[in-house]
Amino acid sequence: MTLKSALIAATAIGTAGPALAEWAPTRPIEFVVASGAGGGTDNFARTIQSAMTRNEIVDRNMVVLNKGGGSGAEAFLYARQNAADPHKLIFGTNNVYLLPHVAQLAYSAEDLQPVAALALDEFLIWVKADAPWQTPMELIEAAMAEPGSIVFGGSQSKDTDETLVALIEQTTGADFKYIPFNGGGEVGVQLAGGHVAANVNNPNENIGQWQAGAIRPLCVFSPERMAESEPVSGDMGWHDIPTCVEQGLDIERYQMPRTVWLPAGTEPEVVAYYEDILTQVAATAEWQDYLSKTSQTAAALTGDELTAFIAENEAATVTVFEAEGWTTAAAQ
Amino acid sequence: MGNFDLLMHGFSIAITPTHLMLMVAGVLMGLVVGVLPGLGAPNGVSLLIPLTFALDPTSAIILLSSMYWGALFGGSTTSILFNIPGEPSSVATTFDGYPMARNGESTRALTLAFVSSGVGALMGIMVITLLAGWASQFALKFGAPEYFAVYFLAFAAFIGMGSASPAKTLVSLTTGLILASVGMDTVTGAIRLTYGFSDLLGGVSFLVVVIGLFGIGELLSTVQEGLRFRGVNSKIDLRDVLKTLAELPRYWATTLRSGLIGIWMGITPGGPTAASFMSYGVARQASRKGAAFGTGRPEGIVAPETADHSAGTCAMLPMLALGVPSSATAAVMMGGLMIWGLTPGPMLFATQPDFVWGLIASMYVSNLLGVILVLATVPMFAALLRIPFTIIGPMIVVICFVGAYTVGSATFDLWLVLAFGLVGYVFSKLDYPLAPLILAMVLGHKAENSFHQSMLLSDGSLGIFFANPLVTGIMMVALALLILPKTLGLALSLRRRKEIAP
Repeated sequence: MTLKSALIAATAIGTAGPALAEWAPTRPIEFVVASGAGGGTDNFARTIQSAMTRNEIVDRNMVVLNKGGGSGAEAFLYARQNAADPHKLIFGTNNVYLLPHVAQLAYSAEDLQPVAALALDEFLIWVKADAPWQTPMELIEAAMAEPGSIVFGGSQSKDTDETLVALIEQTTGADFKYIPFNGGGEVGVQLAGGHVAANVNNPNENIGQWQAGAIRPLCVFSPERMAESEPVSGDMGWHDIPTCVEQGLDIERYQMPRTVWLPAGTEPEVVAYYEDILTQVAATAEWQDYLSKTSQTAAALTGDELTAFIAENEAATVTVFEAEGWTTAAAQ
Repeated sequence: MGNFDLLMHGFSIAITPTHLMLMVAGVLMGLVVGVLPGLGAPNGVSLLIPLTFALDPTSAIILLSSMYWGALFGGSTTSILFNIPGEPSSVATTFDGYPMARNGESTRALTLAFVSSGVGALMGIMVITLLAGWASQFALKFGAPEYFAVYFLAFAAFIGMGSASPAKTLVSLTTGLILASVGMDTVTGAIRLTYGFSDLLGGVSFLVVVIGLFGIGELLSTVQEGLRFRGVNSKIDLRDVLKTLAELPRYWATTLRSGLIGIWMGITPGGPTAASFMSYGVARQASRKGAAFGTGRPEGIVAPETADHSAGTCAMLPMLALGVPSSATAAVMMGGLMIWGLTPGPMLFATQPDFVWGLIASMYVSNLLGVILVLATVPMFAALLRIPFTIIGPMIVVICFVGAYTVGSATFDLWLVLAFGLVGYVFSKLDYPLAPLILAMVLGHKAENSFHQSMLLSDGSLGIFFANPLVTGIMMVALALLILPKTLGLALSLRRRKEIAP
């Protein structure tokens, strides 16, 4: 194990340059999670914690701290208050840079330094198993015929789910009714119980209900189909779900990155250190296992690639916000 | 007939030396966590999760769930002895538990609490065993209007026969509702009542308020009354424990009723806290000595404790079968499940029988162990009351502040504890009831959300609360509980007056 970590350290020095790899944590690292215990972001952070411990990637203790208040804003405000602290990693999604557009908060995306995006969570349209619609376009046509009659459930307000439903409306001209609930699991059960007609849950939030045959997916908002998998429900696996574009719904990509941040103002060596250990995490068996269990798409974006991804994702989403009139006065 | 065989198979997994050891360790750790206010079961369980990475999922869940049971037992201890609820769900236990301890019957109060907890848990587990498949179907029937009806019922059951003056109850209730609405609203996404304080974004933690109101508030009153701890008990005797055990069968009706309420609230995610409040309210309405509640009635301890624990155990069912945790602790455990690579959902029962039935069987064993362990320690806990106030008083202050800090690791919460300590003191001096405030804080936001969601669904028509037999039934029971006690009381007093008049 020591030889292996020595080798990894050696390669890290080789690629990043000797000056950048010098920093190492001197205290326990705080994992600040922008969701409550048990939420998607919480699982993301705890999987990384587990992978780092088991593979001895970090020899310091890691403490998970849940700050899920205000849709995660609590965690990002905490980052602002702890500017330049190299022992705090913040775990979130795209909410880090999207929240300030829809709510007046005492932080901005500049208060955090992006480190890495490690996975892309997919979005699908789901309906109840016995629903009359077989394709997304049938669902949309039904909504066009009778505006406001079809109810989408989703988690939170003006968050990723409602944004996607708004994007579908803006793309097709259909009109849905959107009801916010507390979390994806709750929305999945509301759909299985027939209290809402459809949802746009991530795979992991609905897999249990799909396995049981209570609900079924119509399409996935991804440029290509999801990775091959064991059959999940009947003989259907994740790869068998068509993309929305295939089905004639013209939204090529809608994915949520799982991101890791540092408070702004840390030294470049610190960022390089965390980029390096997170890249190591992405190669562990624990991480691969997490990706396949939660049916997320692998991604390992750091540096310029990450900056470009964030800029594109932010611009595209803000267009939807503006069309819906959600942007706050302060952010405009 | 599958369930019974599966349960037996579960026992063969649960009863191994390693698993028994994990149970004892879990229950003992849970007791400690439960006794310290603030460091509640959810925190305790999440602290333990990293340790479970090395265990297989079945052993891991046995350890975590045993800790949960231990915390539920432990939570009642400080409620009864110091009027500081160790767990949110033990708040209702303070109402009669603390007065009873103050009357010098702390052993009796603790024994009542622990044994009825154990009975409640047992009822819950039996229901899980029998209904593993069916209950998840029932929970699926609950949409937003049904949830609102349940919360409304909890309010109605509790308020229907308030003993304080209606105006004061209203003040207390409204204060609770205002506090509950601080932070971000789920349905509109609006940030409310934070006045630019980023510390308030996550809302005001219910537990912090409770620690302040009860812990510090009570301490202030005690100090004013002459630095004497009011729960002094000179004699602690194992015979007291046995005497109380013999007394328990008398409360079979309360136990049964509370167990059922707990089971119901555990399965339809209402949660143990709502269950204990509702059960306390119903017990008070059902009892002929309802007016004496709050002065140390045994039913006032039996009812919330039974419901709390049966709801706590039943909360495991929707978590496993639907992926919907109905208590904060269940939510944390669900996070653990995901990390161990298990997907909660209807298929878990089919694909992971070893895990599910190992857990269910372990619940029987670890709750039994829990009752024994906790009863063995009753004299020790009760002896705490004999420590002079000058020593225990400062210790309580420390425990309160440490507890409040662990809730969210926020310094701001310490100021809140202090502020609510003063509020608690003023409230108790002026005879304002605290319970409606607590109830409103626990259920206010949930009730508001489900009401808002229902209104969105129905385009603003109240008819949605009477749209199907299930929701209509719950609403009718709620309205009855709200209105009947007053009208019955009125009718009774009228008749009495007539009888006296001639």
